[in-house]
Amino acid sequence: MPEPTRKRVTDIGPPHYEQFLPPAIKENYGKWLYHEFVKPGVLMHVSESGAKLFTVRAGGSRLMSIQKIRMICDLADKYCGGYLRFTSRHNIEFMFTDPTQIDPLIADLAKIGHPVGGTGRSITSIVHTQGWVHCHSAATDASGIVKSVMDGVIEHFTHSDLPAKCRIALACCLNMCGAVHCSDIAILGIHRRPPKIDHANLKKTCEIPNVSASCPTAAIRPGTVDGMPSVVVEEDRCMFCANCYTVCPSMKLNDPLNDGVSIWVGGKVSNARHEPMFSKLAIPYLPNNPPRWPEVTDAIINIINVWKGHARKNERLGEWIERIGWPRFFQMTGIQFEKLHIDDFKHAGLTFKRSAHLMF
Amino acid sequence: MADKLPPTPKLDELEKGPWPSFVSEIKMAAKSSLASQDLLGLLERSYNEKIGHWKHGGIVGVLGYGGGVIGRYCDLPAEFPNVSHFHTVRVNQPAGWYYKTDALRKICDIWEKRGSGLTNMHGSTGDIILLGTRTDELEPIFAELTAIGFDLGGSGSDVRTPSCCLGKSRCEWACYDTMALTHDLTQSFQDELHRPAFPYKFKFKMSGCPNDCVASVARADISIIGTWRDNIRVNQDAVLEYTKNGLNIQKEVIAFCPGKCMEWDGKQLDIDNSTCRRCMHCINVMPKALRPGKDTGATVLIGSKAPIIEGALLSSVLIPFWKPVAPYTDLKDLMGRIWEIWCEEGKNRERIGEFIQRMGMGNFLETIGVEPIPEMVAHPRENPYVFYEEYLVEDDEEEGQDKN
Repeated sequence: MPEPTRKRVTDIGPPHYEQFLPPAIKENYGKWLYHEFVKPGVLMHVSESGAKLFTVRAGGSRLMSIQKIRMICDLADKYCGGYLRFTSRHNIEFMFTDPTQIDPLIADLAKIGHPVGGTGRSITSIVHTQGWVHCHSAATDASGIVKSVMDGVIEHFTHSDLPAKCRIALACCLNMCGAVHCSDIAILGIHRRPPKIDHANLKKTCEIPNVSASCPTAAIRPGTVDGMPSVVVEEDRCMFCANCYTVCPSMKLNDPLNDGVSIWVGGKVSNARHEPMFSKLAIPYLPNNPPRWPEVTDAIINIINVWKGHARKNERLGEWIERIGWPRFFQMTGIQFEKLHIDDFKHAGLTFKRSAHLMF
Repeated sequence: MADKLPPTPKLDELEKGPWPSFVSEIKMAAKSSLASQDLLGLLERSYNEKIGHWKHGGIVGVLGYGGGVIGRYCDLPAEFPNVSHFHTVRVNQPAGWYYKTDALRKICDIWEKRGSGLTNMHGSTGDIILLGTRTDELEPIFAELTAIGFDLGGSGSDVRTPSCCLGKSRCEWACYDTMALTHDLTQSFQDELHRPAFPYKFKFKMSGCPNDCVASVARADISIIGTWRDNIRVNQDAVLEYTKNGLNIQKEVIAFCPGKCMEWDGKQLDIDNSTCRRCMHCINVMPKALRPGKDTGATVLIGSKAPIIEGALLSSVLIPFWKPVAPYTDLKDLMGRIWEIWCEEGKNRERIGEFIQRMGMGNFLETIGVEPIPEMVAHPRENPYVFYEEYLVEDDEEEGQDKN
């Protein structure tokens, strides 16, 4: 506890961004006219004043050591006057006005293991959650799958060679800290068995009405088990969302035998062309197979290759599927359509095919 | 300490391949951090057993704040004592994620002394995540962070750290100053951000244009997406230049136009702006030729969220066109009215989007004093189960007078 008389600094909020803006950005703030892709991972922004700013985008792992941050700072000191920024997808951006610095910087980045790319019609870094590195509710690891998938698709990071951009995201459980549900490809950790209830401790650790109320399908009700006040789960109604576990540690869903990964496709957040869309279920279950999750990696590479081979320029995965239809998506990717693909939650009927608009 | 790294044959597989390896990062941190050494051992165990080894967070934090620190404890403290506590500290990022290296180095120094040396740059919501420390380090970390001008971000049932795209700082499409608005809202809502008093989390995300680079429409309770009201600015010469360089305008631009509002005769691009949907596609394809208009502002949408509890939602239109003018009093007043009804009647862990679904958008709008307008719906209701509120009473003195 601090001394009562000590002056305590609180609620200062974040530092003002202005002090961190490179001079070229400060001078041209709000005056940018257009941009060009110099090459994959390198942007040129041109101002109304004619000033040019070059940005080199390097892929980063979201989990980063202070040692690596210092190396990145060294490069920013060397090339960018000590300024840098990060993107919303864990990339690192270096900005400067002298184009002769582009290639030396890229070479220095390669020396510390960071590829340059992720611009234009490419796959950029995967947004993801903590997984087994730091989370209690993870149904799978996050960083390990992300590393394996990015190793497999890196050519589409370093080359702008896809029909459109492709945003991949991973959430290690349905809580979706990363809000992956509107991604071109979403990798989602899933449980497949109901909670294993610790009746001896439930009353001590949780509020029973809260546990009951947490269930989206009302499968949990208060009950007495072996003389102890606890809850009873109607297991037929459980769809393994683990919301009860989020509010109560005595409702454990983690299950090494049955936890795994599902794959969702065709979402987007941008308004460009098609309105924003949710991702839809492509593969209901793939096993947790650490350390490199080959089933997951192969499935994603397959989907990307089929899309790349057949989509029109500018068509994101979901827009391509909308044009060719879901039956053809399943046929072309070789993914088996099954009962689990048909929604059975609220408003499921809205997802049924409600017309004779079919392609044969 | 380096020679004490535990054997990690499974994790070592993830040091192979061209993409930056998080395992190498943990190993780098482990050279000077016992916690990172134990994290390697614990994670290897998870890789062998296919299950995580973290318990639910306890309530930990800094004095006077209810958010900003996520408590985390390992379930094998005897075997991995250095990660028995492994709390996360969320540090509010500067808007747009710009830094000077001296500021980043100072954060690294604090974290080297008082934590695992592992970070996320950044977490999904936007904060700098300092990953793994002990309860007794929290107060010193907080004091040292504030001494260098940084503060904690949000966690739990509070305003979560607002975040934004880089806006006017480096993007010609930004229709308002996202970074200015984000910084202002963050400073204005410090109390709501640090002291959880809401039914559940509340997120603001600011995107400068309809491309929505921070995915605000999918994950923010309030999504503020830049747009314009007047005409797309066209440089016909530059359009022609694109076609000379091989752009097929018909195929790559017009065929994708959702408003079907464009025509190209080989010389001139005509746009019927009255049916332009401000989707950005044509501007994205021809950034040198087309620009958003000059009468710019933002569409304010409300209510998106991930699936838990009642299902995922996208944000929907609350204000079709808003002119963000500092100090943004109109928006802040509106937030006050929204939070008042939500705090009064929202259920525990009910996001604003779910709350609106439960009480009805019409009722919600009435409560917060916003007029219903057709821009708010994809189409009017299809079902006839209408809660009529007005009716006539026979023998009323003024015939036909509505009773309410």
